[in-house]
Amino acid sequence: MTRTVLTGEEISRAIRRISHEILERNKGADSLLLLGIPTRGVLLAQRIHAEISAIEGKAVGLGSLDITLHRDDLRMRAPRPLHRTEIPAGGIEGKDVVLVDDVFFSGRTIRAALDALGELGRPATVQLAVLVDRGHRELPIRADFVGKNLPTSRNEQVRVQLEPLEGEDSVVLEA
Amino acid sequence: MKFPRHLLSIGDLNQESALAVLDTAKELARISDGQIKKLPTLRGRTVVNLFFEDSTRTRISFETAAKRLSADVINFAAKGSSVSKGESLKDTALTLQAMGADAVVIRHHASGAPQRLADAGWIAGPVINAGDGTHEHPTQALLDAFTIRQHLKRDNANLDGLKIAIIGDILHSRVARSNIFLLSMLGASVTVIAPPTLLPVGIESWPCSVSFRLEDSIEEFDAIMTLRIQRERMEEAFFPSEREYSRYYGLNGDRLAQLKDGAIVLHPGPMNRGVEIDAKSADSVRSVIVDQVTNGVFIRMAVLYLLLSGTSINLSEEAKA
Amino acid sequence: MSNSFKLVNARLASNERTSLTVESGVITSIGENSSGSMEEIDLKGKLLCPSFVDLHTHLREPGKEDAETVASGTRAAVRGGFGAIFAMPNTNPVADTAGVVEQVHSLGIEEGRCDVLPIGAVTRGQEGKQLAEILAMAHSRANVRVFSDDGHCVSDSLLMRRALEYVKIFDGVIAQHAQDPELTKDAQMNEGVISSRLGLKGWPAVAEEAIIARDVLLADHVGSRLHICHVSTEGSVEIVRWAKARGIQVTAEVTPHHLLLTDDLASTFNPIYKVNPPLRTERDVHALRDGVADGTIDIVATDHAPHPLEAKECEWPAAAFGMIGLESAFAIAYHSLVKSGSISLQTLIAAMTTKPAVIGGLSDRMSGLTVGAPACLAVIDLERTWTIDREKVESKSSNTPFHGFEVEGLVESVLYRGQWVMRDGVIRK
Repeated sequence: MTRTVLTGEEISRAIRRISHEILERNKGADSLLLLGIPTRGVLLAQRIHAEISAIEGKAVGLGSLDITLHRDDLRMRAPRPLHRTEIPAGGIEGKDVVLVDDVFFSGRTIRAALDALGELGRPATVQLAVLVDRGHRELPIRADFVGKNLPTSRNEQVRVQLEPLEGEDSVVLEA
Repeated sequence: MKFPRHLLSIGDLNQESALAVLDTAKELARISDGQIKKLPTLRGRTVVNLFFEDSTRTRISFETAAKRLSADVINFAAKGSSVSKGESLKDTALTLQAMGADAVVIRHHASGAPQRLADAGWIAGPVINAGDGTHEHPTQALLDAFTIRQHLKRDNANLDGLKIAIIGDILHSRVARSNIFLLSMLGASVTVIAPPTLLPVGIESWPCSVSFRLEDSIEEFDAIMTLRIQRERMEEAFFPSEREYSRYYGLNGDRLAQLKDGAIVLHPGPMNRGVEIDAKSADSVRSVIVDQVTNGVFIRMAVLYLLLSGTSINLSEEAKA
Repeated sequence: MSNSFKLVNARLASNERTSLTVESGVITSIGENSSGSMEEIDLKGKLLCPSFVDLHTHLREPGKEDAETVASGTRAAVRGGFGAIFAMPNTNPVADTAGVVEQVHSLGIEEGRCDVLPIGAVTRGQEGKQLAEILAMAHSRANVRVFSDDGHCVSDSLLMRRALEYVKIFDGVIAQHAQDPELTKDAQMNEGVISSRLGLKGWPAVAEEAIIARDVLLADHVGSRLHICHVSTEGSVEIVRWAKARGIQVTAEVTPHHLLLTDDLASTFNPIYKVNPPLRTERDVHALRDGVADGTIDIVATDHAPHPLEAKECEWPAAAFGMIGLESAFAIAYHSLVKSGSISLQTLIAAMTTKPAVIGGLSDRMSGLTVGAPACLAVIDLERTWTIDREKVESKSSNTPFHGFEVEGLVESVLYRGQWVMRDGVIRK
C-alpha cells in the first residue's frame, strides 16, 4: 500500500521555506556552505542553493559529502559504491555548514557525516536540513530545518522521488 | 552485481565488479587528494598480512591501504616466525583465525595457496591474493588497469579500444596472467611479446594475441608493460644471455622513440634497469611507474573496503538504500 | 566352517550361471555335476570371479607406517576384492635387497589375507646409478619377479638396458615408471592449458612418451620383457600399440583414476587430485579406454598410494603425489570401462586377474577359474550402488579423489585360499 505524503508542489514550497529559514538563522549567506549527502541530499542541496542564490543575488557555497566510508554498519550491509565528495576550494574551516539530506531517520547517517566533517576541518557551526523527518531516532541528533514531520511506523518505507532521478517530485509512504 | 567473497584470481571478477573496484579506488584517490588522509571505515577490524615470500613493496602497499581505512594491521612474515620452522599453512591459518583476523592478505611462493586458504575452511574472513607463485596477482592487475585508465581514458569508462602489450617472461609471471585476463575483460586488446621459451603452453586459448618480436609492432600500442626478468631464468636455459634478451626484448630509448604519441610505459617493479628496461625508458615522461605505486594503495583500499563490507552486493539495488 | 563347500547360483563374468566346489583351499570342480553332500552357499546370481591381482600397490611398510602398513594395506586390498598385491619397493629402507623383500613378504604371510608380492628395486636405493642385487631378490623366499624403481624413472639408457637384460635370467620383468626427469623437474600437473592458467609447473606428455619409446626399442633390441606402469597419455598408448604390433614383449597398465579423472580438477588447487603421472585430458582418458579395449593396455592396476592427511592438507606444490585406490578400483574401472561400453565385463575381469598374474609371474593365478587353482575368489554384487566414503576406508590413509562418488559394483565377499577373508562386507580379524 502506498500513499503520497508530499506532492511536487508541496516539495517546492518546503524547499523555499527551508531556504528562507536558513538565511534567517544565519543572518545572510556569506559564510554558508550547503553540503548535500548523496544521492538525493545532493539534489535537494542544489535546489536550496538555487533558491538562496536567487534571493541573495549571489552564489553561496555548495558541495557534497559522501558518508559511505564513515558508516558504522559496514559489517551488516553489502558493499556500496562510493559517491562523490565535493568540497569547494575554500574548505569548511570557519563555515556555517548546512548538511542536507532527504529522509531523517535513525540519525546514523548524520553522525557519520559529522565524523566526515571532523576529518575535513572545523566549521563555525553545523546545521541540518531534511525534507522529511520520519522519527525513530537512535542517536541524540535533531534537525534544524524540516520540510515535513511525518510520523511513521518502523516497518513503513519513505520513498523520496526527485527530478531528474525519478522523473517527478514526490514523497511516498509504503507499508 | 555480486562482489566476490575473496579476491584470489581475476576469474573472481566480472567487468562490473572489476569496474566497481576501479571506480571505488578513483573516489578514494579523490578523497585522499583532498584533506581526508584517514577514514574510519575499517575501525576495529584486523587485517593480517601473511607473507610467505619477501615483498616489502606489496606488503607496505597493503599495510598503508589498511591503515588509511583505520584497520589494525598484523604483519606475519614467514621469515623469523614459526612458519620458517616448518609450521604448515593450515596451522598458521588456524592461529590467525584464533587471533581474530577479519581479512587475510596472503603472498605465497606456491601457486594456489590463497585458494587453499580460502577453500579449506581454516579462515572465516575474506582472503586476498597478494601474489601466489606463478599464478596470479590480481591487485597488481587492478592497479595497472587503473593507471592505464587514468592516463588514457576519461571518467569511469572501461578500456575498450586500447591496445596493450605485455612484454617478457609471461610463463613465470603472475602479473602477466592477471593482467591478460583483466585487461581483456575490460575491453582492451592485449598482445604478449616474448621468446617462445617464456610463453606458457596453450596460450593460444588465452584472450590475447602472441608475438615473438617486439620490433614488429611497437608503434601500435597505447600502453607497454614490461615484466621483470629473473637472472635464474637464464641459467635454466630460457634465453641465452641477458645481453641478447635486452637487445631483442628490452625497452630502450630507441624503442621508446617509436611509440605513438601519448603511449605510456608500465612496469610492475622491482625493475632490473638495463635488462628489461633501460634507465631512459624508466625515467621518461611516458613512464607511469611511480603512478602505479601510488595507485596501488587506492586499489588495495578499494578491495579491502569492498571485501570487508559484506559478502555480496547488488549495485543497482544499493543505489536506493 | 568346514573347508569344503559349494558355491551355487554363481554368475560368471561370461554371464553363465554355475556352481563351484572348494575343497582344502582349492577349486575342485566347476559345474552342476559335483557331489551334493557338502555345504551349499547360495550366491543368488552375484558375480563370482577370481580375486583381483594388483601389480602396483604402495604398502609403505617399512618406513612410512603412518600412511599404510602391510596389515592395513591388505585389509584395503580385501575390501577391494584383491587376492594378491604387488608391493612397490619405495619404502624406507628401499626394497633393494633380499632382506627387505623377505621382510615385506613375511609380513604378508603373517597377515594371511592375500598374497603380498614384493617388487624389487631396479637400482640401489632407487637412485638410478647402480643395479640393485636383483638376482638375490629373485632367489629369496619372496621369489621376486617384478622389478621397478617406481616413483623414479630408470632414466639412464644404459642402466635400463642392463636391467632388461639381467632379468632374463629368471624371466623377470622391469616395470618402468616412464618419466623423463629433466622434462619434469618440479612438475606439478599435466602440462597444458590448465597448468598454464594455474601457474603450476607442467608435466608434459612427451616426458612419458619419450621414455616409453626408448624403452620399447631397448626391450626389442635385447629381447626382454618390459612393463609400463600407469600409462597416462594418448601418445603412450600409440607407442605401445606400435610396439606390440612389432612383436616387442611389452605390457602396459592403466590406473582407475586415469580412466576417469582429468586435469581440470587441479583448478581447485586441492592436492587430493595431485598424482604422478598427473591426471591428463579428456582426450587422453578416451585414448586409454580405447587402449584397454583393443588390448594395447593389458591390465588395470591401482597405484594405491596412501599418504597421511598432512601431506595433502597443504598448498598444492608442497603436497605429496598419489591417491589410494585399492578399495574403489573395481567400481571405478567398471564404471569407466564396462558401463561406458568400452569393454566387456569379462575383459575387465581378465585385466584385473589373470593378465596381471601372467605379467607378474604369479603362476597359480594365471589360469583363472579352473579346477586345481587356489580358491582365491571374489563375490561382487554388480547391481549394488554404494557411495565411496573416505571416512570408511580400511586404508590408514584417506586420500581418495572419489569421496562422495556414487558407484556400482560392491565387493561383498572374498575367499583367500579357501578361507573367507571377507564375508558380506565383514573382514576377518
